[in-house]
Amino acid sequence: MMSNDDGVLVHVDSVDKTFRRGTEEIRVLAGLNLTVQEGEFLALMGPSGSGKTTLLNLIGGLDRPTSGSVSVGGEAIDRMSGRRLARWRSQHVGLVFQFYNLLPVLSAERNVELPLLLTHLSKADRRKHVATALKVVGLEDRSRHFPRTLSGGEQQRVGIARAIVTDPTLLLCDEPTGDLDRKSGDEVLGLLQALNREHGKTIIMVTHDPHASARATRTVYLDKGQLSTTPIA
Amino acid sequence: MRFLSLIWSNLKRKKLRTSLTILSIVVAFVLFGLLCSLKEAFTAGVNMAGADRLIVRHKISLIMDLPFTYGSRIERIPGVAAAVHWTWFNGIYQNEPKNFFGSFPVEPEPFLSMHPEYVVAEDQKQKWLQTRTGAVVGRTLAQRFEWEIGDRVPLTSPIWPRENEEAWEFDIVGIYDGAKKSTDTSGFFFRYDYFDEARARGEGQVGWYVVRVEDADRVAEVAQKIDDEFANSPYETKTEPEGAFAQGFVQQIGDIATMLVAILSAVFFTILLVAGNTMAQAVRERTEELGVLKAMGFTDGLVLVLVLAESCLIASVGGLIGLGLAWLATAGGSPAPSILPVFYFPVPDMLIGVAIVVALGVVTGIFPALQAMRLQIAVALRRHA
Repeated sequence: MMSNDDGVLVHVDSVDKTFRRGTEEIRVLAGLNLTVQEGEFLALMGPSGSGKTTLLNLIGGLDRPTSGSVSVGGEAIDRMSGRRLARWRSQHVGLVFQFYNLLPVLSAERNVELPLLLTHLSKADRRKHVATALKVVGLEDRSRHFPRTLSGGEQQRVGIARAIVTDPTLLLCDEPTGDLDRKSGDEVLGLLQALNREHGKTIIMVTHDPHASARATRTVYLDKGQLSTTPIA
Repeated sequence: MRFLSLIWSNLKRKKLRTSLTILSIVVAFVLFGLLCSLKEAFTAGVNMAGADRLIVRHKISLIMDLPFTYGSRIERIPGVAAAVHWTWFNGIYQNEPKNFFGSFPVEPEPFLSMHPEYVVAEDQKQKWLQTRTGAVVGRTLAQRFEWEIGDRVPLTSPIWPRENEEAWEFDIVGIYDGAKKSTDTSGFFFRYDYFDEARARGEGQVGWYVVRVEDADRVAEVAQKIDDEFANSPYETKTEPEGAFAQGFVQQIGDIATMLVAILSAVFFTILLVAGNTMAQAVRERTEELGVLKAMGFTDGLVLVLVLAESCLIASVGGLIGLGLAWLATAGGSPAPSILPVFYFPVPDMLIGVAIVVALGVVTGIFPALQAMRLQIAVALRRHA
């Protein structure tokens, strides 16, 4: 996936997102605009319920805006069919979740292999990719371990390996250190930073933690459906 | 195939629940196999009945005899190709009531010609023709009593005592096999001339006639002609197709097919609920994981297939083990040869069993699969948060 000529990878244009709860309509995002440059490490901060995860979901093609448009790499993902969008996600997006979201019945290596099942790679090639991804996150010796036998930090690193195994252009992280202690959180943040600096990955990270956002190249703040470049008072 | 290990891993998630579900399916399909074998045992006679054969019996009851002379009169009726007589002997071996089996005095050559389903080696047939006390027995019966050719077998009959009140003595000269698996090979056939001469009463009488017609499409017409021939005589007849005759026997017990369908419907309905509940629970518990898979790029259709494949795998493992066990249980033959001489799990029923396995997998999986397919990613992921 290529960015535009001006280096913009993600372009969120006048996006509204409304949820309905019973008869009540909740406007989470209101005419929101955002651009993210290719190779950028963007931290998205804001209070709980401000719509950070909703925005991340829209950029990752996990949800659709009520109005406005979202394009990534020049492709208007909000107009894609469900099937095409799924394919697009498998090729271009890596997701890291706060609670790791590993499948407990699969070992670390098989969790990492999951996105590769959607490719045409042979079993041998898949194994090679999995080994590389686990090596990048420093868990090559824990590949046969099941999630319940790994620490929180290790599980999150497996989650990151799973997110990068298909070599996506865009890495979306939803509070990746939210469930970790400071030491493990630092390791994970260091890893994300390395992926951004050394491998050129564009990363958008939702976080509550100023310590985490300090690792990003840019931080934006979301409140009441609007973005700002300064912290909300 | 690349998703098979993922499906299998999901089944291992709740080992006890999956095992119990599979076990209940195994039991259901073992029951299915045994009931199908039972149905076959009861209806083998109906299935083996020749489409071109009629049974002529006394109009009042089967237990009333007909004259031996009716044979030649029946053969003279237009449309009749051949007629042979049978008589129920009710033989008992070694005076033990449990050693009871079907035994019949017949005329060897016309009998074997009428019933090609009984396969006797030519030399054994010749020996039978030469031996007045000779008997040809079915393979199953021979195995039951460990009889061999050359053995002398004493039988008693509560219906037909000998004139000298001694036991009937028979020399086993042949062992017949069935032309088909469903052929009853538990019969004991011996010569009518020996029987007729030595019995204490009823000389010149036979039990019923089996008639082969020239044209199978004209059985009703020929049956009517036979009954007309003996109308207003002391021995009026009732003629019916062999299949209907055999069906009449089966229906004395009850409508076997309907009973089996009722039992199996209840069993499979229960299994449907058990397996359906397992799948519904499995999908509910994994809502978030399904959301993660979709977030990675698994399409709605693929998620549907994965859940369906899971339910089909549960049904297949349980169903095929059950069918296999039922086949093994019946492969050794009948547990009660005197009552159920033919007892096996027929291949067509086995194929129906396989079709039910697939249907069970699809029906129990389709609703959870649709639910998983329709799952919205953002909603699924929000659950944990």
